[in-house]
Amino acid sequence: MSSLASHNGHGDSGHVPPPKGQPGQNPRPDSYYGMSVINPPIWEEREIAGYLFLGGLSGASAILASAAELSGRHRLAGRVELVASGTISLSLLALVKDLGRPERFINMLRVFKPTSPMSVGTWILSTYAPLMFGATASRLSGRLLPLGRAAGLGAGLTGSLVSTYTAALISDTAVPAWHEGHREMPFLFAGSSAMAAGGFGLLLAPRAENSPAWRMAMTGGIVELAVERRLEQRLGTVAETLVSGTGGERLKLAKGLAAGGLTVAGLLGRRNRVAAAAGGAALVAASAFTRFGIFAAGMASSKDPRYTVEPQRARLRQRLRGDA
Amino acid sequence: IVQVENQARVCHSSTVVGLGTSFGRGASSTLPGDLQNSDLIVLEGSNMAEAHPVAFQWVVEAKNRGATIIHVDPHYSRTSALADHFVPLRAGSDIAFLGGIINYVLQSGSDFREYVLAYTNASTIIGEEFSDVDAEGLFSGFDPENRDYDPTSWQYEGAFVAAASGQRDQEGSLRRMGTDGQGQGGEESRGEITRDETLEHPRCVYQILKRHFADYTPEMVERVCGVPQDLFLKVCELFIANSGRERTTAFVHGVGWTQHTIGSQYIRCASILQLLLGNMGRPGGGVMAMRGHASIQGSSDIPTLFDTLMGYIPMPHAHAHEDLQAFLAGDAPKRGFWANMSDYMVSLLKAWWGEVAQSENDFCFDYLPRLTGSHGTYDTVMEQIKGTVKGYFLFGQNPAVGSANNRMQRLGMSKLDWLVVRDFSLIESATWWKDGPEIESGEMRTEDIATEVFFFPAAAHVEKDGTFTNTQRMVQWHHQAVEPQDEQRSELWFMYHLGNMIRERLADSGEERDRPVLDLTWDYPTHGRFVEPIAEAVLAEINGYTADGSYLSSYTELKSDGSTACGCWIYCGAYADGINHTARRTPAREQNWTCSEWAWAWPANRRILYNRASADPDGKPWSERKKLVWWDEDQGKWTGYDVPDFEADKRPDYVPPPDATGPAALAGTDPFIMQADGRGWLFAPAGVADGPLPTHYEPQDSPVPNPMYKRQRNPARQVFVHPNNRYQPDPDTPGAELYPFAVTTYRLTEHFTAGGMTRWTPYLAELQPAFFCEVSPELAALRGLQHGDWATLVSARGVIEAKVMVTDRMTPLQIDGRTVHTIGMPYHWGRNGYTTGDSMNELSAMVCDPSSYIQEVKCLAVDIQPGRRPQGPARTEMMLDYQRRAGITAETGMEV
Amino acid sequence: MSATPSPLEQAGSPLDIVLVGSADAAKGAGWEEHPPRMGFFTDTSICIGCKACEVACKEWNGVPEDGLDWTGFSHDNTQGLGADSWRHVAFVEQRVPLTGHDPNFQRDTDGFRWLMASDVCKHCTHAACLDVCPTGAIFRTEFGTVVVQDDVCNGCGYCVPACPYGVLNRREDDGGVHKCTLCYDRLGVGEEPACAKACPTDSIQFGVLDELRERADQRLATMHAAGVTEARLYGRDPDDGVGGDGAFFLLLDEPEVYGLPPDPVVTTRDLGRMWRNVGWAALSLVSLGVLSVIGGERS
Ligand SMILES: Nc1nc2c(c(=O)[nH]1)N[C@H]1C(S)=C(S)[C@@H](COP(=O)(O)OP(=O)(O)OC[C@H]3O[C@@H](n4cnc5c(=O)[nH]c(N)nc54)[C@H](O)[C@@H]3O)O[C@H]1N2
Ligand SMILES: Nc1nc2c(c(=O)[nH]1)N[C@H]1C(S)=C(S)[C@@H](COP(=O)(O)OP(=O)(O)OC[C@H]3O[C@@H](n4cnc5c(=O)[nH]c(N)nc54)[C@H](O)[C@@H]3O)O[C@H]1N2
Ligand code: SF4
Ligand code: SF4
Ligand code: SF4
Ligand code: SF4
Ligand code: SF4
Ligand SMILES: [Mo]
Repeated sequence: MSSLASHNGHGDSGHVPPPKGQPGQNPRPDSYYGMSVINPPIWEEREIAGYLFLGGLSGASAILASAAELSGRHRLAGRVELVASGTISLSLLALVKDLGRPERFINMLRVFKPTSPMSVGTWILSTYAPLMFGATASRLSGRLLPLGRAAGLGAGLTGSLVSTYTAALISDTAVPAWHEGHREMPFLFAGSSAMAAGGFGLLLAPRAENSPAWRMAMTGGIVELAVERRLEQRLGTVAETLVSGTGGERLKLAKGLAAGGLTVAGLLGRRNRVAAAAGGAALVAASAFTRFGIFAAGMASSKDPRYTVEPQRARLRQRLRGDA
Repeated sequence: IVQVENQARVCHSSTVVGLGTSFGRGASSTLPGDLQNSDLIVLEGSNMAEAHPVAFQWVVEAKNRGATIIHVDPHYSRTSALADHFVPLRAGSDIAFLGGIINYVLQSGSDFREYVLAYTNASTIIGEEFSDVDAEGLFSGFDPENRDYDPTSWQYEGAFVAAASGQRDQEGSLRRMGTDGQGQGGEESRGEITRDETLEHPRCVYQILKRHFADYTPEMVERVCGVPQDLFLKVCELFIANSGRERTTAFVHGVGWTQHTIGSQYIRCASILQLLLGNMGRPGGGVMAMRGHASIQGSSDIPTLFDTLMGYIPMPHAHAHEDLQAFLAGDAPKRGFWANMSDYMVSLLKAWWGEVAQSENDFCFDYLPRLTGSHGTYDTVMEQIKGTVKGYFLFGQNPAVGSANNRMQRLGMSKLDWLVVRDFSLIESATWWKDGPEIESGEMRTEDIATEVFFFPAAAHVEKDGTFTNTQRMVQWHHQAVEPQDEQRSELWFMYHLGNMIRERLADSGEERDRPVLDLTWDYPTHGRFVEPIAEAVLAEINGYTADGSYLSSYTELKSDGSTACGCWIYCGAYADGINHTARRTPAREQNWTCSEWAWAWPANRRILYNRASADPDGKPWSERKKLVWWDEDQGKWTGYDVPDFEADKRPDYVPPPDATGPAALAGTDPFIMQADGRGWLFAPAGVADGPLPTHYEPQDSPVPNPMYKRQRNPARQVFVHPNNRYQPDPDTPGAELYPFAVTTYRLTEHFTAGGMTRWTPYLAELQPAFFCEVSPELAALRGLQHGDWATLVSARGVIEAKVMVTDRMTPLQIDGRTVHTIGMPYHWGRNGYTTGDSMNELSAMVCDPSSYIQEVKCLAVDIQPGRRPQGPARTEMMLDYQRRAGITAETGMEV
Repeated sequence: MSATPSPLEQAGSPLDIVLVGSADAAKGAGWEEHPPRMGFFTDTSICIGCKACEVACKEWNGVPEDGLDWTGFSHDNTQGLGADSWRHVAFVEQRVPLTGHDPNFQRDTDGFRWLMASDVCKHCTHAACLDVCPTGAIFRTEFGTVVVQDDVCNGCGYCVPACPYGVLNRREDDGGVHKCTLCYDRLGVGEEPACAKACPTDSIQFGVLDELRERADQRLATMHAAGVTEARLYGRDPDDGVGGDGAFFLLLDEPEVYGLPPDPVVTTRDLGRMWRNVGWAALSLVSLGVLSVIGGERS
């Protein structure tokens, strides 16, 4: 019998208990001992929030690389392509590492399910990553260049999905801060990815070739800030997780960095190499903080039952009113 | 000295006395499945939903059918949650509560008069010498020297009746009568019973009852129990509204009633009420005793208890019973089925000593040990400490956790020469010598303990064939599912082979004292690679057979001439025709609700006892709605849904001739066929040691004084004097304030008793993973206790710690102008196992009910303080410091 | 029609139909011929909190014991559903004014009650866990129930936050996700699930879902007639956000009191909109790439 014992505390139940010292009766009428209604995601922050950022960066970088390549900015293209390859490699590692049974990663490829963003994402990644690696390998080795260029173009196109499908990935859950924001999330992620890729471009590109990166970074940054603001306005109670707690802190930092990066890079970035690099770095960091912030906000919203119950209650009230 | 006991003593022994003296059989009168027919179910002293969840389905069923459910309990439990009405009362106050209802029924004349007149002893006139409790709280016949009663003055006028249960050897009375028990006054003194059918005679039971309970007013109930008067009156009204011809009320009780210094009288009180309201022997009525271990009813029926033999035949006493004749004359009544005790006894002796038992040698009656006094579980502990008991078998019992005053238990065991523990795991009773609290505190050192401890792994019920006799007297066969592993063996195997070894050792002995062992019929067939005795052969012997080897089918076939052998007369018929009736498994949907074809119930497969009372004196059902058994004039016999608990062809209008004896002396209207007068006993002229009627006394250690009588405690209770078994000061006297709070104890669904099975089982341990105490928010505030933190509890016997559960389920009560806080505690924990914790019974005291020798673990008084208890020697020091400050001595709490 | 349309009514495009699924759970999953949909009706008003369901489930399914936490949450030391608890009995102590009870019998003017309820996977008609599972480890059985195939699951954890009821979780030891199978192995041989079998009061009733719904409606009517107006059914309505639960309940208070979501929605109901927006966002990104190279460098 005791062989069954796993002794891992209350490890199995993801429901999060409140601190000790509460009386025996349910402390809050609107919850069960303050425990979460849903089971919070079990994803590791470093791996999954990291992936949201790196994957976004990679995908948008691939676009930038292709665009640069097409417009003849080879140095920019080459450097940004390296970023795209590098970050997607890290992404894949993070994703596999986060599986409970990494050896069964391959099981994802048994099926294609449009209802599962993770399934769709797997197929996107398995299209994107080889293209990206092919393009990079070709460029670095100087062999099969036309094919490499075509691969790069393909990576650019699929990269757009790599950057944005993750919005569906996290929104397609019962996590309040993510699900409630499912309308905006793709645009937030698109903006954030562009901002990061552009930022990285600014950091790496020679001044003479950095305009595309600059444009991308500027547009992306502005979109991110605008969409993030909209999220805060639209999510009601749940928006608390975007403005307070760990998520709030990170997003605040992200907004600051984005605003700073946009200002510095925007005003000086196309003139001054150092300013471009500094502004670019700030934008990359801003994007990272945004993803980690969104991740943390989601976690916080999943742990406090209030964020699950209140919007649902509001919905019910509305429906009742509608009926009446 | 041979002392034999089992946990039926510490569990429900007082139920046997209470029900046995009232109705004739000391067992539940009905089955849980019949509760579905009740209109009102009163659960009191039972936590049925938690301790008997499967049987509780019938309460739920009754509720779904529209019945009302009341739960009366000191703590709000899972049972209360399902009840319609929860009545919180102070632990140890039920006699006042029930007495109050009896008073209400009598004052309002709401008793079921026809039933009462015909089927109870209400009209019987009691002798002139009887005097009821006075302001002092004493009945006539009290002897302060011996702390006991001479019950002779409680007898019927002009007649002497022996009890069907309890204190049946009227030793005390006879001693004082100067007969030295010889012949017990014989038949002469058992004259004719006088009755007054108008119930007006001042000495008739009805009038005595009315006077006795007159003080139990609603005001008094409120003062003693803390139950508000309006609530109490509501309960009374519900009782009355749900009793009578058309409706029935059932009582369900458990150990919340049994484990008191006056436990037997709790059961008596409920019995009286049920008789007055006419609820006995009827569908949906009765007193449902919810018993304990899987076969604890069986261990009362086929007891290893010092005071009874198989089937509740009393154990002979040393002084009185020189021979079989004297024994029967002393203990067997003249009328009713107990008058046939000689048949049961001789058949038992034949089963044990076979050919050797002959009429010339009194059927080896002399081989039986004789009693010299009480040898109950707690007397045994005292004798261990004194050194007279040298060896101890613990077959499936864990007294170091389960019995009162764990410290005394361990102390007793440390004085033994040898101790044998047969269990599944290394329970606390097997390891105290190396890791008990006294080892930790340095009071005992392993190297100083001379006790040789043997541990034998036991086979579990799935690893052996055998029977369970469950709470409804149903003997149910279980088949072996798997072979025992490793060294695990069944009890049967162990006893059989131990017996063989002893008999081999003694084979050459010429000593007379070894004859009983050598002459035993010890020839059970065996099978398998473990040489396991065949359990069915034991059942066959219990069932009994005739000299020519054919199986008996009913106890009425038993003879006292030595031509029948029967291991337990009440089980006679379980193996009739050589068929194992206990293994019957007819599904419920193929029979009526009594399920008489599922296994086999004693006696004679009757499921609802005294069911003759479900018909009126003429033999017709009291009502269509409540019909069960009735007289069929055409067939000339009793018939119905259940096996009639009556002689099948005895006409309802049968009147016994004046000189009749035995069953023939009972009329066609006498449903309580084991009783000497065939009646339900409202008034118990014999059998209960502390009075013919229940009387409210406070528990040994109570936080409040007794407002009803001068005697604080039951004057006849059994006390034990030992430095490690100190009692606490009287309430409101100096020192009592150190132990200001009431404690009650109970079970949780998730654990079983002393925890030997459940604390080791991960799936159960995880569900209740820590010892805790339950306190009200008010008490928490008073003492600064924090939910989830620790608390330390102190009594004069010990100090323990527990997690604090602050909950509204505990209710502070207003008792006579003061607030009494109760602390609730499950008692399942001990130091060993997977989930561990202090044992509640470190706090409780050895102090017992005088009729049944059951301990009081349902109410005591303690102190509670926030924080963990001291470790090591400081723990004992804390207890002693409290004792010193309270001024506790050997005399404290000892008054009669 | 209620103000908020059911998922199917909401589902506009063919994509939505694919995403949300059919109201005939088993058929939608490709079982053309299938036995009737089986499920649970858990009547919490007669639950005695004995936890026999929890233990029977663990015994039958070999679910590991998971630790000796004493929570102080009344008698609940299980805390919630997860990989190692497929049944969870909730205990709620409440001071409330009671309806349908004689006010004279209340402990004091506050009133008090103790609710117990055994929770389990809802075997949703539209099961988010199944929808989002990228490996196909979670499938719909012929009985319309939702089961995780342990030998396929790779522990991605996606189903965990997808479930609106917080049912599944990953087990530390084996990295896989586990939940109630509605005793698929027992159903296959005509046995009722272990938890229902063990339940002494029939608080857990197993059967054909349609029949259970009828029985529940009757029970609710009886209780309302008896004055227990707080009784309500939860998860019974096929028009709710998950298309109705295969395991539904009679509750005596608001769902959130028991730790249940008051208006759960299968997350994939909104997946169509998510994919559309992802599409637009991706397109915008590509356009942004193109636009960003239009125009020259600043010199
Ligand atoms: N799960 C489980 N089942 C069991 C057992 C177990 O340990 N666990 N044990 C088995 C055994 S051995 C037995 S004997 C039975 C016992 O079964 P029960 O008799 O139901 O056992 P308890 O819970 O000890 O006590 C019953 C109730 O009595 C209450 N009580 C305490 N003092 C008083 C009092 O003075 N007056 C009144 N009216 N009530 C009082 C307690 O609060 C408790 O609710 O259960 C058997 N079944
Ligand atoms: N404070 C307080 N104390 C109480 C009570 C209370 O309510 N409050 N209740 C009292 C009651 S009612 C009872 S019955 C007692 C119980 O007290 P005990 O009988 O001392 O305690 P159990 O734990 O039931 O012990 C039974 C042991 O038998 C073992 N066992 C089980 N099956 C077998 C078998 O087939 N063979 C063998 N050899 N062993 C087996 C188990 O593992 C277990 O260790 O406690 C009493 N003590
Ligand atoms: S353990 Fe056995 S006796 Fe006790 S409730 Fe369960 S089934 Fe009945
Ligand atoms: S309740 Fe959760 S785990 Fe169960 S079927 Fe629905 S979504 Fe899946
Ligand atoms: S954890 Fe397993 S069951 Fe859950 S979504 Fe991933 S693969 Fe499917
Ligand atoms: S149906 Fe089976 S798997 Fe599901 S909770 Fe009940 S016993 Fe466990
Ligand atoms: S088995 Fe039944 S009564 Fe017991 S806790 Fe589970 S649902 Fe409730
Ligand atoms: Mo017991």
